[in-house]
Order: sequence, then structure tokens, then C-alpha cells
Amino acid sequence: MTTDYNKSRIDRRFAALKADGKKALVTFLTAGDPDYDTSLKIIKGLPEAGADVIEIGMPFTDPMADGPAIQASSLRALEAGQNTIKTLQMVREFRKTETDTPIVLMGYYNPIYIYGCDRFIKDALDAGVDGLIIVDLPPEEDDELCIPALAAGLNFIRLATPTTDDKRLPKVLTNTSGFVYYVSITGITGTATPDADIVGAAVNRLKNHTDLPVVVGFGVTTPEQAAAISAQADGVVVGTALVNALKRSLTKDNMGDATTVDSVLSLVRDLKQGIEHAT
Amino acid sequence: MSEKNLNSYKNGPDEQGRFGIFGGRFVAETLMPLILELEDAYEKAKKDPEFQAELDDLNEHYAGRPSPLYFAERLTEHFGGAKLYFKRDELNHTGSHKINNCLGQIQLARRMGKTRIIAETGAGQHGVAVATVAARFGLPCLVYMGATDIERQKPNVFRMKLLGAEIVPVTSGTGTLKDAMNEALRDWVAHVEDTFYIIGTAAGPHPYPAMVRDFQSIIGREAKQQMMLAEGRLPDSLVACIGGGSNAIGLFYEFLDDASVSIYGVEAAGHGIDTDKHAASLTGGKPGVLHGNRTYLLQDEDGQIEEAHSISAGLDYPGIGPEHSWLKETGRVNYVSATDSEALVAFQLCTKLEGIIPALEPSHALAYITHMAPKLPRDHIIIMNMCGRGDKDVFAVAEHLGVEM
Repeated sequence: MTTDYNKSRIDRRFAALKADGKKALVTFLTAGDPDYDTSLKIIKGLPEAGADVIEIGMPFTDPMADGPAIQASSLRALEAGQNTIKTLQMVREFRKTETDTPIVLMGYYNPIYIYGCDRFIKDALDAGVDGLIIVDLPPEEDDELCIPALAAGLNFIRLATPTTDDKRLPKVLTNTSGFVYYVSITGITGTATPDADIVGAAVNRLKNHTDLPVVVGFGVTTPEQAAAISAQADGVVVGTALVNALKRSLTKDNMGDATTVDSVLSLVRDLKQGIEHAT
Repeated sequence: MSEKNLNSYKNGPDEQGRFGIFGGRFVAETLMPLILELEDAYEKAKKDPEFQAELDDLNEHYAGRPSPLYFAERLTEHFGGAKLYFKRDELNHTGSHKINNCLGQIQLARRMGKTRIIAETGAGQHGVAVATVAARFGLPCLVYMGATDIERQKPNVFRMKLLGAEIVPVTSGTGTLKDAMNEALRDWVAHVEDTFYIIGTAAGPHPYPAMVRDFQSIIGREAKQQMMLAEGRLPDSLVACIGGGSNAIGLFYEFLDDASVSIYGVEAAGHGIDTDKHAASLTGGKPGVLHGNRTYLLQDEDGQIEEAHSISAGLDYPGIGPEHSWLKETGRVNYVSATDSEALVAFQLCTKLEGIIPALEPSHALAYITHMAPKLPRDHIIIMNMCGRGDKDVFAVAEHLGVEM
């Protein structure tokens, strides 16, 4: 048994939730959408609104595993000048006032590869990042980023999917830490609604292979769904619904206004309430 | 002890699907079990004489192989230097080399019990070939095509529809080949049980680059035999255009270990390599990871993928097959380029002198030869892959030449 000092911020957060009998609300938003300042305000407001773990999307031109909403969100952020350096800067700003809520960067490999894996790991740790989810790095490609990141003290969170069978699961879980992200549908983000019973069975299957917390995402949009799905797992990830709420608040030319921050954070509050009522 | 020759350029990819540092399997977990299943099925099919026999039969009686090796006498006279041969893959059924790969992959899809075919297409040549084999074997077929490409390749769009394929216009991103590939991958992730994705070029996650190369390498095997009959020796040079690079690797592969053969891959330089409007990922890009593999990519300093540009929709892709990236780094193949306007000149020259209307894609290869051939001695033999016919490009060429049709 390791001491708390050796546990990551993510481990501590899930342990605390479990001790309180609570489920985690994991939020996803794209860094720099619709612009750096608005995006930073939203992220700074997330812990108070109820986010237990914050996933920040690193925008990429070709997000193959994402649906239209998150693709468009990535392009808005890039259009507004977001890049890897600025995303790390946002985390650094956030950490100036918030030291408890874990931050997970989620994205695709190429921008990190171009930034340089070693430099990225160092700068991410330095900024206060806790974990990484890199969609297009399966365990078959662990050498370059996953293993050095784990060694440096970052959590490397893996997606498990309905196509990951029992034979493959151990391989997927081998270099996974922090939590396991179960993708509830075969498909891209935000396009289908998962069935809570099927998800429950899948989470149980994962639990046979790992002691890590399991959170469920892809297709969870309403507080009711968040409640139903989180009841089957250790937490729930909401992304597309938040990105859609943000998008709805924008002006025609994709500019944020006074309502943007509130419209996202109020949905986070509703989601949190939904989950708390259920537990 | 491996049976493979340690000094061979033909050993790749390794078990991780790598050619040197290039290639690999950079895909989302949802797809991972599928590409492992595909690799397994392909490895078994490769060793099955029945699979090969079926494919040989289709190649001969359906696609019309072998394609001729043709001495381009008047172009040779015109250049006044090297002796030019065309490998006439534009004479294949559907009008390009794309059918070679599609027949192989649809046979594999059927063996695997897949009942739904998807594909991406740029110029529409691959889309037409996929729609054709899907029609032949009675499988439903969905082709993802960029909205921009649909506009500039209307004849092929209609051909695909006649063949029974459903065309899905892709408006995300820049609405070209790379976005069509993103959408096809998204479709595959959402329909993992019944769907086979026929990738059109020698790129994507392992095993696609190797599999597409294997199905296309019939081009080079035939060309070598035909050249021995015609001239009694190997050619001195090979030239092929490169978008994703499937026709080029198809011609080159058989000759990679023949040290006396110089090999040239011609990328699309669009408005010029020194402008921001080209599609030359090897000459103007750097290594990165996209669409499941590491390879040379057009990208900015943040690793965001940049738009490619070429007059030829078939070369308009910001990446390149990973084996080409490796062949560039090893120095075995010379990668060069030709601009839009050079390709247009070559297109017209070939049409007038040989009575062959080439596609705009191989017009790039010919454009490079117009610089290269005159400087070479008369006993220097070049084989160029005439990988597609130009009927589909007639409207686009007219527009570029300012001709009202």
C-alpha cells in the first residue's frame, strides 16, 4: 500500500469521492474555445460548479474519434489562435488558484509529437497537468509517450471500448493509471445514447480486470443520463453537451459574450445535481 | 534465423507495422481490435493458394491484366534522349490502377464475412473502383468524398451512383481527401461489426500500407517480365506520380533491390514548392502522425495539418504512404516534384503525340520526364506508370486552359 504522498491528484480525488459515497463528474471542454480568455474563465469556474475532474481538449485539425460538435469546437479554438503552448499556459494559470482538482489533457498525438514528447511531459508536469488521454495512442504504441509519461509521474488514462474484449483488456490496462475511461458506444463522441444496463455490465467486466476507477463517457448529455450512467460506474464524462451549450451562447461569428461562461457552468451545476440526487 | 535478406529493401514492415520509424498503428482503441483482426485475416489469405487463384482470375478476366508495356515512340523521338515506356495501367477496367487493390480487398472482405463496404475517395478513381467491385459482388457501398472534390469530379460521382454506391459529401475541415478519410474512419468506428473499409492508397494504420502495396505490386512484377521480353534487360529508371503513393509503390516494389534501377517519385508541386499551395509532403513536409500512421505530412509548427493543393484531386493529400517516407530517408528512391502548369503541358503533349489522354496524376510523372529524358542517352530506358486515364479530367483541363465546353 502506497502512502498518499505517492498518489496522484487523480487518485486522491477518486479516493475522496469514494469515501463520501459520491460519483465523479468529469467535464470535457476544448482549450481555447471560443477564445483563450473565455476558455480560461470557464475552466477556472468548473471546480466550484461541480466538476471533479477537468478534461481539457488539445485542439487538432483532424480529430478522428470525435463527432461534429467537438470537431467544430477544435476548429474554433485553432481559428482563435490556440496551440499547445497556450494550452499548457492555461493549465498554469488555473493552478495559480486551484490545487485540488485534477486536470487531464485529452487529444491526438501529432501536436505532442511535434512539440517533442520529452519536452511536453516536462512542461505539462511543470504546468500542473495530472494526466493524459491520447486518443490515437493504443498500447501498441506505448514506447514514445505513455511509458516516459508514467515514469515522470503523469497518469496515462486509457480508453476501453465495447470492442475491447476480455482477451485484449489486460493489454489495454497494463500501462493505465488514474482511471479507466470506458467509451460507452462504438462510435464517435456525442452521436448516440448509451443504455445504462449495458454500460453497467461493461463496467463490471472492466472491474474484473482492474482496481482503477471506471468512468463512462461518449453520448452522455443530460443530468438524467448522467445520473443513470454514473450509478453504474465511478463517474461520468460529459463533453459534447457542454461544447454544445458553449456553442449556443456564441454570436453568429463565433464570439463569446457575457453569457458564455455562465451557460456552460450552469449546465455543469445541473449535471452535478443530477448525479448527487442519484447517489 | 529469418529467411529474409538482411540487405533487402523489401523486408518491411516489421511486426509493429513499421518501415523504419514510419507506419505503425496510431488508431483509437475502438479500431484496434479491428485492424488486428484484419491483419490476421490478411496474413492467412496471403498464404492461401485459393485466395491468390481467385484474385489472379479476377485480375485477368475482370480487370484485364496484364496491362501492356508500351513503347512511347513519338514522345521518345520528341525528347531526343532516353527511351520511354508506359506501363499502361490506365487500360485496366475502371481506368486506373485502383482496381488492383479493390479486387484484393473485396475478396478479403468477403472471406471475413463483412457485408458493408465503405471507402474514401479524392479524384473519384478509387471510389469508382470500390463501387465497381461492390456492384460485382453485390455488397452495399458508401463512398465518402469531400464536397470540394464532388464539385470538380462530377463524371466520377455520377459513375459511382450508376454503380449503386451512395456518395456521402464531406463538408468538415477542408472538404477534400483527408476529411473524407476522417469521415470514413468515423463511420468504421461506428459500424465495427459488419463493415470493411477499403482504403485506396498505401497509407493508414498497419496492415493497410503493406496490404495495398502487395495488391498493387503486380504492376512492377508484370513490368519487369515485359521489359525482359521487350529489351532483354532491366530498365534504367522508373518514374511514377505520388499522392498517397499506391501506384508508385506498385511499380517500384519489385525493383527495390535492383541496384542498377534509379527510381523517381513525382509529387504534386501545385503552384510551386516554395508557395503554400502544393501537395508535396515529402519535399515540403516533415514527419508526423495522421490517419493511423507516422509519415511525412504537410503541417504547421504546432502539428496542425495543413491543406494540400494540386490541380489533380488524386494527389491532393497532405500525407504519403509510410513506406515512401522510409524509402526517402534511406535514399533508395528520389522524390521530386512537378507543378500544376507543368502537368498541364505534359497532359497535352502526351495526348497529341501518343494519342493517349493521361489522367492529371500521371501527367505529373510525365512532366518530370520531359526535364529528365532529353539529358539522358538513347540507350537509357525509362518505365513510367501511366496509372490512370484522363477522361475524368477533360472538364477540369478545359477550365484551366480557358476553353468553354
